[in-house]
Amino acid sequence: MPCVGDWLNSPLSIVQGIFAQNAPNSDWEKKVTEYFKEKLKENNATNWVPSLNDVPVHYLKPNSLVKFRCMVQDMFDPEFYMGVYETVDPNTNARVLHFGKYRDVAECGPQQEIDLNSSQTVTLERQTFYCVPVPGESAWVKEISFLTEPVQARVSPSTSYTPSRHKRSYEEDEDMDLHPSKQKEQHVGKSSGGDIHGCVEPKRLETEASAGHHVISPNCSPPLDLNFPLPGEKGPACLVKVYESWESFKVNDVLEVFGVLSVDPVLSIVNSEERDSSTLDPMECMDTAEEQRVHSPPASLVPRIHVILAQKLQHINPLLPACLKDEESKTCEFVSNFMSELSPVRAELLGFLTHALLGDSLAAEYLILHLISTVYARRDVLPLGKFTVNLSGCPRSGAFTEHLYRLIQQLVPASYHLRMSIESMNHSRFVPRKDYTANRLVSGLLQLASNTSLVIDETQLEQGQLDTAGVHNVTALGNLITWQKVDYDFNYHRMEFPCNINVLITSEGRSLLPSDCQVHLQPQIIPPNMEEYMSSLLTAVLPSVLNKFRIYLSLLRLLDYSISDEVTKAVEEDFVEMRKNNPESVTADDLHKMLLVARFLSLSAGQTTLSRERWLRAKQLEALRKARLQQQQCVNGNEL
Amino acid sequence: MSSPASTPSRRRGKRGRGSNPPTPQDARSPPSQKRRTDDSTSTGDLQPMPTSPPADVQSPGAADALFSSPPQFRHSAIPLDFDISSPLTYGTPSSRVEGTPRSGVRGTPVRQRPDLGSVRKARQVDLHSDGLAEDIVATEQSLGQKLVIWGTDVNVASCKEKFQRFLQRFIDPLDKEDEDIGLDLNEPRYMQRLQEINMVGEPFLNVNCDHLRSFDENLYRQLICYPQEVIPTFDMAANEIFFDRYPDSILEHQIQVRPYNALKTRNMRNLNPEDIDQLITISGMVIRSSQLIPEMQEAFFRCQVCAFTTRVEIDRGRIAEPSVCKNCNTTHSMALIHNRSMFSDKQMIKLQESPEDMPAGQTPHTVALFAHNDLVDKVQPGDRVNVTGIYRAVPIRVNPRVSSVKSVYKTHIDVIHYRKTDSKRLHGVDEETEQKRFTEERVEMLKELSKKADIYERLALALAPSIYEHEDIKKGILLQLFGGSRKDFTHTGRGNFRAEINILLCGDPGTSKSQLLQYVYNLVPRGQYTSGKGSSAVGLTAYVMKDPETRQLVLQTGALVLSDNGICCIDEFDKMNESTRSVLHEVMEQQTLSIAKAGIICQLNARTSILAAANPIESQWNPKKTTIENIQLPHTLLSRFDLIFLMLDPRDEAYDRRLARHLVSLYYQSEEKMEEEYMDMAVLRDYIAYARSYVNPRLGEEAGQALIEAYVDMRKIGSGRGMVSAYPRQLESLIRLAEAHAKVRFSEKVETIDVEEAKRLHREALKQSATDPKTGIVDISILTTGMSATARKRKEELAQALRKLIQSKGKAPSLKYQQLLDDLRAQSDTAVTKEMFEEALRALADEDFLTVTGKTVRLL
Repeated sequence: MPCVGDWLNSPLSIVQGIFAQNAPNSDWEKKVTEYFKEKLKENNATNWVPSLNDVPVHYLKPNSLVKFRCMVQDMFDPEFYMGVYETVDPNTNARVLHFGKYRDVAECGPQQEIDLNSSQTVTLERQTFYCVPVPGESAWVKEISFLTEPVQARVSPSTSYTPSRHKRSYEEDEDMDLHPSKQKEQHVGKSSGGDIHGCVEPKRLETEASAGHHVISPNCSPPLDLNFPLPGEKGPACLVKVYESWESFKVNDVLEVFGVLSVDPVLSIVNSEERDSSTLDPMECMDTAEEQRVHSPPASLVPRIHVILAQKLQHINPLLPACLKDEESKTCEFVSNFMSELSPVRAELLGFLTHALLGDSLAAEYLILHLISTVYARRDVLPLGKFTVNLSGCPRSGAFTEHLYRLIQQLVPASYHLRMSIESMNHSRFVPRKDYTANRLVSGLLQLASNTSLVIDETQLEQGQLDTAGVHNVTALGNLITWQKVDYDFNYHRMEFPCNINVLITSEGRSLLPSDCQVHLQPQIIPPNMEEYMSSLLTAVLPSVLNKFRIYLSLLRLLDYSISDEVTKAVEEDFVEMRKNNPESVTADDLHKMLLVARFLSLSAGQTTLSRERWLRAKQLEALRKARLQQQQCVNGNEL
Repeated sequence: MSSPASTPSRRRGKRGRGSNPPTPQDARSPPSQKRRTDDSTSTGDLQPMPTSPPADVQSPGAADALFSSPPQFRHSAIPLDFDISSPLTYGTPSSRVEGTPRSGVRGTPVRQRPDLGSVRKARQVDLHSDGLAEDIVATEQSLGQKLVIWGTDVNVASCKEKFQRFLQRFIDPLDKEDEDIGLDLNEPRYMQRLQEINMVGEPFLNVNCDHLRSFDENLYRQLICYPQEVIPTFDMAANEIFFDRYPDSILEHQIQVRPYNALKTRNMRNLNPEDIDQLITISGMVIRSSQLIPEMQEAFFRCQVCAFTTRVEIDRGRIAEPSVCKNCNTTHSMALIHNRSMFSDKQMIKLQESPEDMPAGQTPHTVALFAHNDLVDKVQPGDRVNVTGIYRAVPIRVNPRVSSVKSVYKTHIDVIHYRKTDSKRLHGVDEETEQKRFTEERVEMLKELSKKADIYERLALALAPSIYEHEDIKKGILLQLFGGSRKDFTHTGRGNFRAEINILLCGDPGTSKSQLLQYVYNLVPRGQYTSGKGSSAVGLTAYVMKDPETRQLVLQTGALVLSDNGICCIDEFDKMNESTRSVLHEVMEQQTLSIAKAGIICQLNARTSILAAANPIESQWNPKKTTIENIQLPHTLLSRFDLIFLMLDPRDEAYDRRLARHLVSLYYQSEEKMEEEYMDMAVLRDYIAYARSYVNPRLGEEAGQALIEAYVDMRKIGSGRGMVSAYPRQLESLIRLAEAHAKVRFSEKVETIDVEEAKRLHREALKQSATDPKTGIVDISILTTGMSATARKRKEELAQALRKLIQSKGKAPSLKYQQLLDDLRAQSDTAVTKEMFEEALRALADEDFLTVTGKTVRLL
C-alpha cells in the first residue's frame, strides 16, 4: 500500500499501478476513482490536498494531486485522446502498454516510440472546461479556507513552500519554459549570424531572449486575457479536463475538483512550434492563432487539471461542511448545534445591520431576508424565491453605499459592487459574448455563480445619455432582476442562461431598475464621519461572532420550507378578507410579496414551516414598509 | 482511431507503367487509412486485424464466410509488398489517365475526391484462393466476385452491381422532396437525375441515404461504415450507367456520388470515438469559414541534374520528397516545380451546433469541417446546414525533437454534401425543417394523448401552469399555437388566406400578461419577443445595411420576419408609436412585408402569429369605457385580431380564495412535485410541433353548415337592432379557430364540436372586449368602427330631439347657446352633457339646419 505522500505527490504512479494490475479490461478506470474517493474520505484528507486557489502554481509540484475551487466559465469542445496506447522499442521490439488518461502528453521512454497503429490503442473522449476562481469571492473565504489547510506543514516538508525554495522553483520553472526556445534562438543566431558577431552576440542574445521572454512568456505579446467575469480579479484560470459525466456540469456551476496538476512545459512548446509550422501543415492551420492561444495557453499561466473527482458545490462558505444534504452524522450535528443558538445570532446580526443601516431596524430586517433569499424553483418562466430589494433614500454623503457594501462583503462568500454611472454602463461588458474568432465565451460582469450578491449602487448615477451598449446593459440588468436569467450573446442568436443572483439596489429615489420590494431608508443617525463609524462597527464584532453571521446566512439559504394546510387556509382567509375591504390595495402581486417575506422570515428564524405568527409578522412588516413609502410619496408631493 | 502519423514513403514511379493502366475507377477505392497495412506490415509484423471498432464487431459475424484466417494472408502479404511487378500500387495515376479503355467513359477525366481522404488504391483480398492473397485491381471481373476490400466486408463488384440496381430501379412515389420539381415520381428517380446531369452538365449525383436504406439495408450499412471505400464504388457504378446511356455527353469530370441524409444523423454532442471514419450527417450553424487554401494534390519534381521528372501524390497532408533521382541516382537533386503541380481547393469551416440542440446551461460545441473543390464557399457564416461527411481523427503530430506526443487527436469532418436548411426560409415553403423528426414511440405517445377526451383542457392546463386561471385565454393561446390550415386561393386571385391567429391581451397591469408572453416565447421554436416601447418599425420589419467588408447591401431582417412560421410576442403594444404599428397592418392580414429601401424592393413572407399585450391608457381598466377607449388603438388594427381578451383582476371572493391557495402552494412545493402535476413542457412542445406539421384539417360538410349558421346568427343578432355585428373577417376567424381546434384533436376533418368551441371562445372573447359598457350587449361594431351602435343611435336621437326643440321654438332666427342647452336638459329624461349637446349641434349643422357662431345658434 502506498503511503500518504504517494497518492498526493505522484497520483499517476498509483494509477499506473492499478492500470498494470487490471490492464486490458476497462475496469481500471473505475478502480482509480474508487481508490481516490476512499483516500479522500479519510479524516480531513481533503484538507491535505494543496489548493490551487491558495498556492501559486509555481509552488506546486507538477503531476501532484491538487484541488481547485472554481466556476465553469466556458466549455470547450470534447477531445479525443489515446486512452490506452502502446509503445514499442525499435531495437528490441518490446511492447509496453500505457494509459493516456490524466495526462496531456503520451509518455514513452527515451528509446521507445509510440505505435500509433497498435490494435491495443483505445480512443476515449474527455471534455475540457475553462474554469476561473469563483468571481467576487470574498477575501475571508480565501483566508479561512487557506487556514484550514495544514498543507504547508504536512504534505511536502522537503519540497516546496519555503521562501528560498520559492525563488529557485520559480527560476527553474522559467528555465524549463525558456530553455528550448532560447536554445533554439541561440542556435539560429549562431548559424545564421555567422562568425562576425559570433563572440559578442550569444551573450546579448541570451539576455535579450530572456528579457523578451519575461514579457512574452507570462502574458503573451498582447497579454493573454484570462477571461475573468469581473474586472480586477486575480487567481489562476485553469483548463479542467473532465473524464466522467461532464454532461451534468453547466456553465457557471461552482465545482471543487481533485485532480492531477499538469504544467508540462511541453504543452506550451508544442503549441508555439505548431504555430511556426502551421504554414507547412494544413492540418494545423484549421485553428486561428487566437483560437490556439485561447485553447492552449501556456501551461505555466493556465495550468491543466486532470480531474479524478469533481463535485458541484452548493455553497463556497468554508465554515460550513461542503455538502449539507448527505446524512452524515457530523453534518447533522453541526447543523443542529447551530440551530440551537440561532435566535441570539439572528438578534445580533439584526443589531449589527441596524447599525450599519444607520439605525433603521426595518431596513435591516429586510436586508436579512434579502441575504438569505435564493431562487429555489422555477415555475415555467417565473423564478420563485428571488427577493430583490431596492434600498431607496440612501444618503449620498460620506460614501455610505461604499461602506455598506464593505460590510456585506464581510458577510457573504461572494459579492460584487456595481457602481452605476453613465460611463460604466456604456463602456463595460455585462453580458457574456461568444467570440467566434477565438472560439470562446468572452465573459461579462453578469456571468456570476449562484448566490452571488450583486450590490448595484445607483446613487452615483448622473444625468446623461446611454448609448446602445448602455441600453443593452440596462435591459440585461432588468432581465436579470425580473427573470433571473441572462441572455448570452452568441452573435447569430441569444442563449438564455438561468442564474440565481441576489441583487440589492441602493438608490436615492425609486430605482430605475425593477425590484421586488422597495424599502425606504430612514436613518436615525447621520454619523459625521462615515468611514470611522463603519470601521468601528466592524471592529466591534468579534471574529467568532462574525463567523457565526456568515454561517447563519449561508446555512439558512439551504433549508427546506413548507406551509401546512392549516396555515394555507388562514392565509386564504386573510387574503379574501383584505380584498373585501379594499380590493385596490391588495393584489395578487402583493400576496406574492407577502408570501416571500413570510418564507424568508420563517427561515431566518430557523423555522421550516410557516406559522400563523410569522404570517402576521410578515404582514406587519409589509404594512410598515408600505406606510413608509406612502409617507415618502407625500413628502415628495409636498415638495413639488 | 489509429491512423498512422508518418507514412512510409514507398512510392514507386507508377507513371511509366503504362503497360498496366488501371482504369480510373480502380483508383477510386482507397482503403481506409486505418485499415491499411503500414510499415510494420511490410517488415513482417502484420497485425492480423485492424482495429476499427464497429467494423470489427460486425465483420466477423457478417462476413465470417469471407474471411480466411488472418495468419494465412500475413505470409502472403510479405512478398507481395516488395514485388515491384505486382499490380498493387500505392498511390495511383488517378487523374492523369488519358482515354480509359472503358467504352463510354471516354475522355472524361476523373477528379480526385479529397473528401474521401487519401486517394489510394484499394487493396483487395481474394479470400478464396487460400494462402495466395493476390491484390488485384478491382474491376478485373475474373476474380471480382470473391474480392473484398482490405479490412472491410465490401465486395467491390457486388457492391457496384447493387448500387446500379438501386439507381435503375429505385422508385418511391410517396417521398416528395423539394428538389423534386420536374421529376416523375413513378419513374426511377435517379435515372431521371442522371438525365438531368446530362442536360445540365453538373457532374454530381446526390443520393438520399434513406432511399438506399429502404432499397438495400446491407448496402446502406456498408456505406455508413466504410464510406471511403464504398463511395468510389458508387462513383464507378454511376459513371458506367451514365456513359452507357449518354455516350456523347461531355462532362467536366466524371460523376461524383454525394450521399446525404445518412440516417445516423447526429447531434454534434453525440459524436463519439466510435463514429470515426464513418459517414455521418449532423446539423449546425456555420460560424466561421476560412480563406481558400490551395492544397497540393500532386507534386511535380524535376531532377536538376538530368531533368528527369516525377510526380508524387499527397499522402495525408504530406508530400514525400524523393531524395534520390531514379534516373541518374543523384541524391537531393529533385526540385519542386510549383506550376506543374496539382492543387485542389480546400476550405476550413467551423460548425456550431444549432441552438435547439443545446442542453440548457451549456455552451455550444463546435466541429471543424473541411470542404473541398466544389463545396468551397458554398456556405457562409450564419447559415444553418446539414452536413454529410466522414468524421476523422488525426493525431497531433509527433514533435520531432521531443519523444513525447500529445495524446490528443484533432477531429474534423470531410464534407461530402451540404444541405442548407434555412436558405429557403425567406422564400418558399419550409415544411421540411419544420418537420422535426419524431421517434416512433414519441409519435405513438402523442397519438395516444390525442385520443383522450379532455385533451383540449389538458393542454390548456399545461400551458403556463404558474399563471392562475384565465382558462379561456389559455385556450385561445393554445389554438393560436396550433394555427389554422393554410389555404391557397391564388388561382382565384385572393392569394393566401391567413392561417395564423392573432391575439391581443389587454388589461390591468400586474395580471401576468408579460409572463404569459414570456412563456409563449419560450415555448415555440421560432418565437420573437419585443416590447412596443423598444422596437421601431425597422426593428420589426427589415432594414438594409451596407456590409462593412464587402460593401454589399444586405437585407437584415427584423422580428416579424424572423418569426415567420412562429409567434411574435409584442409586449406594451399600446406604447408602440403610430408608424411602427402601421407596419403591422400588412403583416396581420396579408402576411407579407413589403420593403422598398435603398434600391431593394421586395416582399418578404411574415406568416407570423401575433400575440400582443396592451395596458389601458389610464393604467387601470375603466369598466365604463369600451376597449377602444381604454387602449386607444385604431380599430383597423383591432379588427385584425381574431381574439381580444381582457385580463382583468376579478373582484370575487371565491376567485381570491383559489388564487391565494394557488400562490401559497407555489411557495413551498418542491420542484419535482410541481412537474409531476402538469404535462411536461417538452411534451406540449412536441405535441404542437407534430400537429402543426402533420395535421391539416379540412372543413367537413356539417361543420360548414354549422359555421354558416353561426355566422348568420351573429349577423341576425345585430340586424334586429339595426346594426351589423359580424363581418366576413369574423367568419374567417371562426374558421381558423375551428381548424385549430381540430388540430388539437389530431383530426383531419373539422367537425361540429370544433365549430362549437370556436364559437364559444369567440363569443367569450367578444363578451369581454366588445361589450358595450352602457347596454351590456355584445357589439362587434365597437371593434370595427370604434363606437358602439347604441352610442351612435343615442347620438342620433339626441340630435332629433334638439331639432324638434328648436322647431317648437317657432321662428326665432337665433337662439342662445346656454338657453338651448338648459331647455334640452329639462326636456330630456337622461342626463345631457355639454359634449353630447355639442355633438348634436354639430350633427344638425352638418345637415345644414343651423350654424353655431360663438354663443349663439343661428337657424338657416
